[in-house]
Amino acid sequence: MSFPSWTLLAQSILSGVFAGALYGLLGLGLGLSWGLLRTINLAHFAFAFLSAYICWQLSAVVKWDPLLTLACVVPLMFALGAGLHWLTDRFKLTPFSSLLLTFGCMGIVESVMQTIWTADPRKLESHYAELKFRLGPLYLPIPEVLTLLLAVGISLGVWAVLRFTDLGKALRASAEDAPVAAAFGIDQRRNGFLLAGTCSAIAGIAGVCIALSSSISPSQMYTWVGVVFAAVMLGGLGSALGPLVAGIIIGVSEAVTMAVTSPSWAPLVSFALLIAILVLRPGRVR
Amino acid sequence: MTTKSTFHRRTVLAAAAGSAVAAAALPLAAWAQGAPIKIGSTLALTGPLSATAQVHKLVGEIYVDDLNRRGGLLGRKVEWVLKDDQSKADLARTLYEQLITSDKVDLLMGPYATGAILSAVGVAQRYDKVLVHHTLGVPSLVKYERQFPAWSLGSDPGTTTTNTVFEALAKGPKPPKTVAVVTSKFPSIHFMSMGAREVIKKRGLQEVLFLEWEFGNRDFGPIASRVKDAKPDFVWVGAIGLDGNLLLDAMKKIDYVPPQHFYLYPAPGPLVTLPEANGALSVTIFEEHAPFSSRPKAADFIKTYHERAAKANFPDTSVEVQAAASFTAWQILEAAVVATKSLDDKVLADWLKKNRVETIQGSLRFDGPSNYGDDLMRVKQVQNGKWQVVYPPEFAAPGAKMTAK
Repeated sequence: MSFPSWTLLAQSILSGVFAGALYGLLGLGLGLSWGLLRTINLAHFAFAFLSAYICWQLSAVVKWDPLLTLACVVPLMFALGAGLHWLTDRFKLTPFSSLLLTFGCMGIVESVMQTIWTADPRKLESHYAELKFRLGPLYLPIPEVLTLLLAVGISLGVWAVLRFTDLGKALRASAEDAPVAAAFGIDQRRNGFLLAGTCSAIAGIAGVCIALSSSISPSQMYTWVGVVFAAVMLGGLGSALGPLVAGIIIGVSEAVTMAVTSPSWAPLVSFALLIAILVLRPGRVR
Repeated sequence: MTTKSTFHRRTVLAAAAGSAVAAAALPLAAWAQGAPIKIGSTLALTGPLSATAQVHKLVGEIYVDDLNRRGGLLGRKVEWVLKDDQSKADLARTLYEQLITSDKVDLLMGPYATGAILSAVGVAQRYDKVLVHHTLGVPSLVKYERQFPAWSLGSDPGTTTTNTVFEALAKGPKPPKTVAVVTSKFPSIHFMSMGAREVIKKRGLQEVLFLEWEFGNRDFGPIASRVKDAKPDFVWVGAIGLDGNLLLDAMKKIDYVPPQHFYLYPAPGPLVTLPEANGALSVTIFEEHAPFSSRPKAADFIKTYHERAAKANFPDTSVEVQAAASFTAWQILEAAVVATKSLDDKVLADWLKKNRVETIQGSLRFDGPSNYGDDLMRVKQVQNGKWQVVYPPEFAAPGAKMTAK
């Protein structure tokens, strides 16, 4: 095993940071939903990829700028997320039951995507793909930089809302002790819809980022589940910044592993980290 | 009188209507004389392998429709019983059991991809059924005497096919001296890539990089960086499905274009549509140009496939290795049934072992190790957004020659 050049290592670390930002962006909505609403929403991944396809469709066929598609994707995903929350709330589903329900939804959305766009991969050819910054010998592609900025911005924004606003305090209070929070007049139902919609809207933004950066296919969403779950559990359920930090740690660890040893060892790294945390700090997952 | 003429007119009209109905019902009556012949199979209609499996589904539908238009098999309509194995080999095993024991199909057709085929072969062996399959990538893994491959990669493609590729490169415009081998660990891909490494050694080329990734890998950034760092003359990419596209995306982000590159089993269509894939090499048993397209049934199949693939919204509607292997599999099954006038698996198997079948791939035999015949794999290249065979010269597209950057 020979040590890679500094350029290779640095480029790989950058690649890991960008990948980790996407893990964090996907993990943010999942973790908030799990931690604050007690809903393990696997359909989160389906919504992300549905958004990616909508972005592709509007850009490649209707010729919208890919970033403009957010104007359509975000409200649509908000509505879908709120709708799904209505189901889980209506039937008072436990976290495990919500996992099963949303797993089913994932399959349904996959079938819908496959019916409309077929199972073949699609690649969004946009001018963003040609743009990149150069930092000496290092490349910073614009789609990935955008993803990182969005991930950091949204995570900080959510953190600020949870920390400093009445809504944020209400959400945290409801997650900690719902009956007492209700007794203090917190409208949990309304807040639940708002939060669920926001989590799915964030998934939609992640989906547009995915469409900008790589080829997409319906079944691809399953390959993200494991690593994003790892980011959420490492980062902490209900945490705004945790999934981003954890995602970047995982992304960089995987990338460095791929740069230094065999890429086939990369999944070992993320899941070894997860196992270590679960063994050493089991309270992170309640 | 009015009543008598009304009665007479009504009688005539009724008789005419009755004759028309009887005439229309004749084919139905003929079908009804024998129950349909059921041919059962699974395909990866969902899951990571679905992109390619949808090609096999369409080809199967085209073939069965055409077969029934020509009168079916043995005068009976053919019904294709197709189940979704969700890209899971274990599910394919269960579904093939179901097809035989519960659906009671008369004949079997193989599923898509090596893992599912191996499962199906196991079940076929248990019930002594013939299994014709179209996409097995590791011939040495099947020893069952009643399995018949439609994909003519020979019994030792790890040596023969990889040799063909490096032979083509050696005779090409820029024979490489250094090679990077980067490969998925998917079984049928990995074994071919290991074969490539052996051929590289035997040919005195220098392997400057060897990397493996797990099937389903998402991040190709570090892999692209390592390839770029290694500066190879030629990159062998053991790719299946989307891998090639993702690697090319990652290479583009770091402004790297490999001088010459090869992709083993890319998802048909998506790779050819990528601008950065121009010049990419792969292997094939059939392309939409002479001499392949001039074989019997090829032209009609190409035309029908184009129409139906466009209607089904496929991004690429061209017939290439996957569609051709699929069509060949159905040709093999039909040839055996028609020649023997039988649905008996032993009779069919014995006939196939002793006879050649003329297909759109060429003349196939099944008397070699693991019932494989000749290696009919050719080398193709993306040129101006289309796959063109470039080696051997006698199979090259008219005027096409291998190019290199």
